[in-house]
Amino acid sequence: MSTSLAKTTTTEKIPTAEPKATVSAAEMGARQREISVSEFFTKNRHLLGFDNPRKALLTCVKEAVDNALDAAEEAGILPDVLVKVEVAPSNGSAPPPASQATRFRVTVTDNGPGIVRQQIPPIFAKLLYGSKFHRLRMSRGQQGIGISAAGMYAQLTTGKPVQIISRTGARAAAHYFEVQIDTKKNEPRIFENKKIDWKPPRGTQVTLEIEGRYQKGRASVDEYLEQVAIANPHVNLVYLTPEGETREYPRTIHELPPQPKEIKPHPYGIEFGILLRMLHDTKSHSLSGFLAGDFSRVSAAVAQEICKTAKLSLNARPRNIHGEDAEALYKAIQATKIMAPPSNCVSPIGEKAILHGLYKQIKGDFYTAVTRPPSVYRGNPFVIEAGLAYGKGPEQAAAAPEAPAAPLAEGEQREDDSELARVIRYANRVPLLYQQSACATFKAVLETAWRNYGIAQSKGALPGGPMVVFVHMASVWVPFTSESKEAIADYDEIRKEIKLGLQECGRRLGMFLRRRERAKSEFRRRNIFELYIEEVVEACARLKGGKLAKEKLKTQLQKIATKRTGGARTDEILGGDGGPEGLPHSIIVTPEGPEGEAPVLPGAEASDGAPAEAPAPKTEKAAPGRRKGKAKAARATKAARSTKTAKRKRR
Amino acid sequence: MAQAKVKSPGPVEKKLVGVADTVIVAADKSKDPTLSIPVRSLANVNFNEKRGIIEMGKRKQARTFFNVGMAKKFMQTVLVADALAELQRAGLTTSLREIYYRTKHTMKDSHENTFDNQNESDPLIEDLEVTLAALREELHVRAENAGSIVGPVVLADDGDRVDCARLGKGGYSVPSIVEPEFIEIRRCTADFILLVEKGTQWNRLSEDKFWRRYNCVLLTGNGQPPRGVRRLARRLHEEYKIPVYVLVDNDPWGYYIYSVVKQGSINLAFESQRMAIPKAKFIGLSSADPDHYGLPRNVGIKLNDKDIGRAKELLKYRWFQKKDWQEEIKRMLASGLKYELDALANKDFRYLTKTYLPRKLKEQDWLD
Ligand SMILES: Nc1ncnc2c1ncn2[C@@H]1O[C@H](COP(=O)(O)OP(=O)(O)OP(=O)(O)O)[C@@H](O)[C@H]1O
Ligand SMILES: [Mg+2]
Repeated sequence: MSTSLAKTTTTEKIPTAEPKATVSAAEMGARQREISVSEFFTKNRHLLGFDNPRKALLTCVKEAVDNALDAAEEAGILPDVLVKVEVAPSNGSAPPPASQATRFRVTVTDNGPGIVRQQIPPIFAKLLYGSKFHRLRMSRGQQGIGISAAGMYAQLTTGKPVQIISRTGARAAAHYFEVQIDTKKNEPRIFENKKIDWKPPRGTQVTLEIEGRYQKGRASVDEYLEQVAIANPHVNLVYLTPEGETREYPRTIHELPPQPKEIKPHPYGIEFGILLRMLHDTKSHSLSGFLAGDFSRVSAAVAQEICKTAKLSLNARPRNIHGEDAEALYKAIQATKIMAPPSNCVSPIGEKAILHGLYKQIKGDFYTAVTRPPSVYRGNPFVIEAGLAYGKGPEQAAAAPEAPAAPLAEGEQREDDSELARVIRYANRVPLLYQQSACATFKAVLETAWRNYGIAQSKGALPGGPMVVFVHMASVWVPFTSESKEAIADYDEIRKEIKLGLQECGRRLGMFLRRRERAKSEFRRRNIFELYIEEVVEACARLKGGKLAKEKLKTQLQKIATKRTGGARTDEILGGDGGPEGLPHSIIVTPEGPEGEAPVLPGAEASDGAPAEAPAPKTEKAAPGRRKGKAKAARATKAARSTKTAKRKRR
Repeated sequence: MAQAKVKSPGPVEKKLVGVADTVIVAADKSKDPTLSIPVRSLANVNFNEKRGIIEMGKRKQARTFFNVGMAKKFMQTVLVADALAELQRAGLTTSLREIYYRTKHTMKDSHENTFDNQNESDPLIEDLEVTLAALREELHVRAENAGSIVGPVVLADDGDRVDCARLGKGGYSVPSIVEPEFIEIRRCTADFILLVEKGTQWNRLSEDKFWRRYNCVLLTGNGQPPRGVRRLARRLHEEYKIPVYVLVDNDPWGYYIYSVVKQGSINLAFESQRMAIPKAKFIGLSSADPDHYGLPRNVGIKLNDKDIGRAKELLKYRWFQKKDWQEEIKRMLASGLKYELDALANKDFRYLTKTYLPRKLKEQDWLD
């Protein structure tokens, strides 16, 4: 058929060497067909984070949890999320242990607003369907792909439909759905749809049965949830592991982060193509109206100034601005001074919350956090937050005393601590676990000169030592390097901000380390003096034939020693009184407990498996260091606050 | 010591107890306890031309307790003082090494030793010697017996009579402490003392009964003479008014040995007044001897760089400024050769006994 067509359309007779083997334009034309996104992603599932079974399990959990948190927060509800990962029941035979299993069932339940009945099928069984794409507002999800892609993966690997229960309120009914995606049409297919009895008054539960692998460690479901807890201390998270464990991450901050506001794009750094599209799409009839109305931070005056610089009429019709005019406008925008975008469209985690999160999940001696002021890349406002947890914690330090029992012989050397820092990365509060080296955050960590802060770092490598580096980018639009949202693209503005945040953290850490080092060496010195005093006093007593008031001489000498080695100050630095040493937004943990903005951890004991009702904090058993810290922390926080203001006054 | 005799402490013990007093007095005044220790280096010695001995200068270093760099040394110094006082009370003598072991222990609740090796304690004993102006012998610290004596001398050692003329060719082994409380010189009828650097040459002279023929005392210290040998020579010289001649190899080291015997050493300059023999004479080997005695060039040894450097240094010492000495040293440098006493055997096994020394003595061919 195509051949005859070809013949009729070929008017010129061009001798060709091999006419039969070629495909004509018409033949090719006939083969052109629309590709549905579902088909595209079926073949390219690695783009969405389903490249291997282990990662697929993580991605499914992640998509469901991200959505749960987004939905609850947007509805102003403090999120309670239950994540359950089970080995899928195989037909008849006993299920294999989690580490051997290849099929899992993931169920994520939230206490969010629920989903209205009609929306359930497209949300879970239609790619590129969502509420977050067409707006500039900070949220975890943004593309409208996440959960339906997970459903599609389930369908591809196990053939099982996605099961959803959702209820929008106590008075509404709970709806149960089983849906799958029609990959050719990218449309939902509904298998089941009924009202059921469901205990929770409100919320959504989604269940996916997938092919996967459960393996602990780096980039595992476990790690992901732990990191979620670090960056989201306002979430109450319970995780039922496939091995039957229950892990609880209780809420430590009892208020929601401020609602991020939806904004219009900021004119700085907006791409030319986008400007053209906006000019075309706008509902405004005048250029000045367009500028003032469609962008944030552009007042009528600023709009006027831009038009003047671009030599364009205020009343020019936006649709009629093309070519040179458009370019002039673009340049004028960049040349005009415009206020930074409003920062209320991004809701950073906040220094206090980051500290709480790090302190709760990571054992250390020193914690600090920095929230940078808002900045802009490509017209998108963003905020960088950085944090650090350093050290092994006093418990572990006490368990493994620093000096080995025997003094080193000549030629012996202490074994080097070759441990490297761990970087935990977040975009809009979502942990990023893959593609670390492609991520702007990681590059910024490498580029930071950690040596300046007393941290070892070989060239082009991560800093060394027992340290966790926390980086969070909050933005209305996080520029990921791919659809699977694994790494943040390397924009100069972003990297610069990250580095500034890390540098501030580093400076504080350096200060902490230097002070601790000084205090330690003075302490050591004084210790040595104490030993020597003992020897000298004994020898003097013998020299004097026993006629010597030994205790008196000893105290006298000790007094001189204390005076000569820093005296009271050393006691202070070594965990005596005083706040976190004038370091803002930091926690210092000493064997006596934490100092600074340490959170009171409610039910921290409960997660150890102790019954939550028991008046646990009164018992003397577990984790005495941490416990003592609590009362002290409260005191210290107060003290820190008052000293901070006092200090400021003095300066 | 367990049952210290209740006798009043001697002067040395009192000095040692003074170290404890320094600590106690300072502590009472809330001051950092400090010992001032005379500096033991070339920069802090003077040559007293009139007395012909090296004297220690006035420079002192402060050793304070509460200074990180010095604290340990301070503590160690007090421990050594304590051990030395113990020796005084018990009336014992001991070696440097035993002092080290006596004061070494692990400090309470630590993994740190008071001393890690003997190199730490030895200099502290010298520090105390100079600080308290007490001789090592007075501190009852002895060295190895490393010297021998033969000749018409009668000594009393622990009540035993020792006639050095009746001890065969081996002679009497000179103890390191020869102070009158330990060694008494009962009689000496010799005309002079010959202090020989090398044991081999001393053996030759002893075997040949050189001392009988020329009525002298033969002393050796097997190299640099130890304190006992120097002190015994000084006592014989002083108490019996007999001259001392020093016989050494012809090399810078030989010159140096001679200078230590004569003027004292730089390191323990303060002891010169009790050890030095300013009238001692240098009898040989002189750089002029090869010529005078027809020693062939081929029994000489080429001076190495170290020898040359050392010789040039000696040329600068105040006590080598005499014209004869400058000539002596320059002549050696000019020849580029050094000669061992043993080289005399090139002429005859008994050349030293039969020809060289007799002629030297007859011609009074020595340097002052
Ligand atoms: N648990 C839930 N409760 C309420 N609404 C939900 C829930 N899960 C999903 N949604 C809604 O469904 C939409 C689609 O979710 P989906 O995960 O597919 O995309 P997204 O979250 O918008 O973007 P992304 O692809 O980046 O995840 C969301 O935008 C949200 O409005
Ligand atoms: Mg999503």
